Amino acid sequence: MSTETIDLKTKLITDFHARESVMNGEARSAFYQKKRAALAQFDELGFPTPKNEEWKYSNVRDLISASYNFNTSDTLSAEDLIDLKMPEQAANILYFVNGHYNAELSKMASSSDQIIIDSLQNAYKKNPELVNSYFDELVKDDNDAFTSLNTAFAHDGVFIHVPDNQTVEHPVILRFVSDARKENIGSQPRNIIAVGKNAHVKIAEAFRTIGEERSFTNVVTEINVGEEAGVEYYKVQNESENAYHIGTTQVRMLDRSHFYAATVTLNGKFTRNNLNIVIDGERCEAHMYGLYFPDGTQHVDNHTVADHRKPNSESNELYKGILRDKSKGVFNGKIFVRPDAQKTNAFQSCKNIVLSPEATMNTKPQLEIYADDVKCSHGTTTGQIDEEALFYMRSRGISKPEAMSLLMFAFCADVVSQIKIDSIREYLENVIAEKLSEK
Amino acid sequence: MLSINGLRASIEGKEILKGINLEVKPGEVHAIMGPNGSGKSTLASVLAGREEYEVTGGNVIFQGKELLELAAEERAAEGIFLAFQYPVEIPGVTTINFLKTAVNEIRKYNGEEPLDAARFLKMVREKAKLVRMNDSLLKRALNEGFSGGEKKRNEIFQMAVLEPKLAILDETDSGLDIDALRIVAEGVNSLRSPERATIVVTHYQRLLDYIVPDFVHVLYKGRIVKSGPKELAFELEEKGYDWIKAEVEAEEVNQ
Ligand SMILES: Nc1ncnc2c1ncn2[C@@H]1O[C@H](COP(=O)(O)OP(=O)(O)OP(=O)(O)O)[C@@H](O)[C@H]1O
Ligand SMILES: [Mg+2]
Repeated sequence: MSTETIDLKTKLITDFHARESVMNGEARSAFYQKKRAALAQFDELGFPTPKNEEWKYSNVRDLISASYNFNTSDTLSAEDLIDLKMPEQAANILYFVNGHYNAELSKMASSSDQIIIDSLQNAYKKNPELVNSYFDELVKDDNDAFTSLNTAFAHDGVFIHVPDNQTVEHPVILRFVSDARKENIGSQPRNIIAVGKNAHVKIAEAFRTIGEERSFTNVVTEINVGEEAGVEYYKVQNESENAYHIGTTQVRMLDRSHFYAATVTLNGKFTRNNLNIVIDGERCEAHMYGLYFPDGTQHVDNHTVADHRKPNSESNELYKGILRDKSKGVFNGKIFVRPDAQKTNAFQSCKNIVLSPEATMNTKPQLEIYADDVKCSHGTTTGQIDEEALFYMRSRGISKPEAMSLLMFAFCADVVSQIKIDSIREYLENVIAEKLSEK
Repeated sequence: MLSINGLRASIEGKEILKGINLEVKPGEVHAIMGPNGSGKSTLASVLAGREEYEVTGGNVIFQGKELLELAAEERAAEGIFLAFQYPVEIPGVTTINFLKTAVNEIRKYNGEEPLDAARFLKMVREKAKLVRMNDSLLKRALNEGFSGGEKKRNEIFQMAVLEPKLAILDETDSGLDIDALRIVAEGVNSLRSPERATIVVTHYQRLLDYIVPDFVHVLYKGRIVKSGPKELAFELEEKGYDWIKAEVEAEEVNQ
């Protein structure tokens, strides 16, 4: 273990205790006890090394070799955001600057009887029991140092509650912007989403960076999907060349609910996304789509879990990647079918186009099936652009770069077209088209 | 218009074309026949610019330009069109979007403004009608899940849209029912003009009833071993290739 490793870890633990020493009664709250337990777990686990099977291909050494300022206050104004060209649309748009909610930049479109949207901090102040009843409940068994670290420092983020039977017309767009113009910035947003019975909502998390210094985002989102509820959840990352991103989205689905996720990573130095779905109900449908498009020496790792615990549900997963230059991709997709989960249908597919001999893609499907009456399939492909298709297009007068871009755009469209928030889908289409025309 | 001189080409070290000579003038239709594996598709692919083939000798002049020095897309823009023996499926790209890109790329190459959406659509509708191509096929991903006949018809539809100067049809007739064959032939014939030429690769006389050739050539073992008027096709239909093979072998012995 290098000395730097000890440095960031020790620094964080010291920081935690320093904060604790100036707390009053709140230190005794149930909420805080969870944080304390999480810190102890983080202390025990330490940052993962490639010896840890879950982190075999993703080395965080570089990420933890620097120090980050986790305690900045709001540093961004509306003008600063103009350059980010973020799409406009009628939506509930919430800004988080360096992980902290910024009310001034944010705007709400839905009424509060349809949906409660608040910063985690405010929500906790208003109703500690309610927030605490969800906080950490889905991730407490997650044996992951970064998740524990996030729980220990959970302070701000979003709290969303959709009451039973509400269909929320306007989407919720959460924009996390790291301001790395002056120094290395760390942020650890914690999001809690609870969608009631037969309620429907679309939620997006968008991650951006301003500035050239490092940003380190360690985000955790817990999503409770009630019976018969329908949730669309999108995570879009278009960060800087110096952005490190670790994220866990933990989902629990109840009977007859539907959950759609799309995780799109367009840019960032080092990205690790964990998407874990526990299908704890019958006749559920879970869909997971993913797209990653690294270049340079970027690294994108997607770990997913579809955990079937009850019978008669379906999970369906499609991840796609285009890798250029010396970039690296990792896909690890786990499917668990527990003994009770008879008549499960679980499908998984991961398709990659590797455009350079120096780019690499590691794929690992992992199926653990303990029930006998199930339909499961998985497949991964990693290849180059289809030469036959390319020649066919060129023989019609389409230049090679244009033909490649059409083929790759079509390849991405399978995932992008799943996104039901128009402004985000269009934004992605534009950014992808732009990226395709770069080279 | 097209002049092929001593063209030799190989793939994976194996020589397939062993000195092809062929002269095609504007307005002419040439049929190329020959046994399986004799090199007909190879010749078509080399003319269209497939890069896997290595040209080891000879040259090709198309409208005064060294064809073999041009990239596949440049050849298309210069007016060469290949209807594939096995059209490729391209998921995610609709036929209409594909063609629009092709038309405008070719226009760009020739220094013309791109067609606006309305004019493009009008033109496409007319051409679709010509080959009785269903509108719904145009909106589907290119060739994906198309039947064999639909794929072939799509090739002719694309040809009609791109209006090439030299069309090379590689077994466009195989897999077509009689009605489709007639429609395809009508499509080809509607493009016939004193400025355009067509090379038809086929195994069957019946296509040549509709698209009447000026010359028939037999390709065998990578060379054109016999050429004649359209009646040669009848003779081949009747007698097969054995007599030609025998002639060639006799010649080889003499050499
Ligand atoms: N990619 C390749 N690799 C190796 N051999 C090839 C390749 N492509 C073609 N050939 C060989 O070249 C020869 C000529 O093939 P070609 O497809 O040109 O024949 P053809 O005359 O079109 O036959 P058919 O009438 O069956 O369509 C065949 O022996 C074929 O196996
Ligand atoms: Mg052939």
